[in-house]
Amino acid sequence: MVDPYRTRERPLKSDTAITSEAEAPRLVELFIAFAKMSLMGFGGVLVWARRAIVEQHKWMTAEQFNQTFALCHFLPGPNIVNLSVVFGSKFRGIPGAIAAFLGLVLPPVLIVLCLAILYARFGEIEALRRTLAGVVCATAGLFFATVVKMMQPIVKERSVVALVVIAAVFAAVGLMRWPLQPVLLVAVPASILIVYVIRKRAVP
Amino acid sequence: MNPTNQLFTLAWTFGLMSLFAVGGALSAIPEMHRVAVETNHWMSDRQFADMVAIAQLSPGPNVLVVTLIGFHVAGILGGLVATLSMCGPTAIVAYIVSGTMERSRDAQWPALVQSALVPVSIGLMAASAMILGLSAGQSWVAAVLVLASALVTLLTRLHPLLMLAVGGCLGFAGII
Repeated sequence: MVDPYRTRERPLKSDTAITSEAEAPRLVELFIAFAKMSLMGFGGVLVWARRAIVEQHKWMTAEQFNQTFALCHFLPGPNIVNLSVVFGSKFRGIPGAIAAFLGLVLPPVLIVLCLAILYARFGEIEALRRTLAGVVCATAGLFFATVVKMMQPIVKERSVVALVVIAAVFAAVGLMRWPLQPVLLVAVPASILIVYVIRKRAVP
Repeated sequence: MNPTNQLFTLAWTFGLMSLFAVGGALSAIPEMHRVAVETNHWMSDRQFADMVAIAQLSPGPNVLVVTLIGFHVAGILGGLVATLSMCGPTAIVAYIVSGTMERSRDAQWPALVQSALVPVSIGLMAASAMILGLSAGQSWVAAVLVLASALVTLLTRLHPLLMLAVGGCLGFAGII
């Protein structure tokens, strides 16, 4: 298969220079590295991804990692899944993307499927129901804490417009329970327009 | 619905959701709840909350809550189809966009779009928290536990997994 990005060579991915080829992770290494960080990542894999990619394997500098993650964060979908694909393809094209993705997803999916089977069989047992109810409470608390943490910079900047967007999206999706797609088709362009106008005004 | 139909529904639902999950998998929880509990009646509110909690308990990316939903609807194949559908489309987009971005490094729009998406994803995350909080905090004891968990997470550096374990133990002890 011809990879359209292969022709534009970057220092990280070179077919001619043997030295840099040796530095780039092989497919198996990609798979194992992402499997490891995925299996260590309880409640989020990002911390482990940074540790493995930047500190342990030194496949990227911290700055490169931040840039790549910023891209993956603004794309839709699970951020860390995006990261695995972008990262894998940087080094090994499409096969690399697939290796990193499978490493990230396959081992935990097998674990989750086992849990799903156990839940289907024992989920209605009273003791397990009670236990899970407790875990649900704790999880809900974690989610609320995440929201507070995410809002801190916006509250600090006293960005009223951002607060309005937050409230509007929350009301539409959380209170009105409107479907996600139409809400985002309005909210995202509106928010982009707002940011654009504000920045235009800030720079005369 | 016959099994093939259900697999198709899972693929279509999560494939589309994948492209609209601004801010990651947890932001898509309100939409998952709407689809799985309200529209398709695949499961009860409690079962949905249980699955979100189980996904938090297990290692790996948060997106794996869709594996649990898919399994509940159509068995192991359903779990795999749901997972691939939730990850596949956005992975392809990520691959294409990352190649394009390399070409236009100095473009300003990515930063602009990114900061525009921040409040949107916070709003979605707040909706996620509320939906889970509503199904969790049905008694006042449960509501106190939700609040306590939020405060402990904000004020201490306790590992989230420990927080979940404490919640589970309290639940098992019959406090909630």
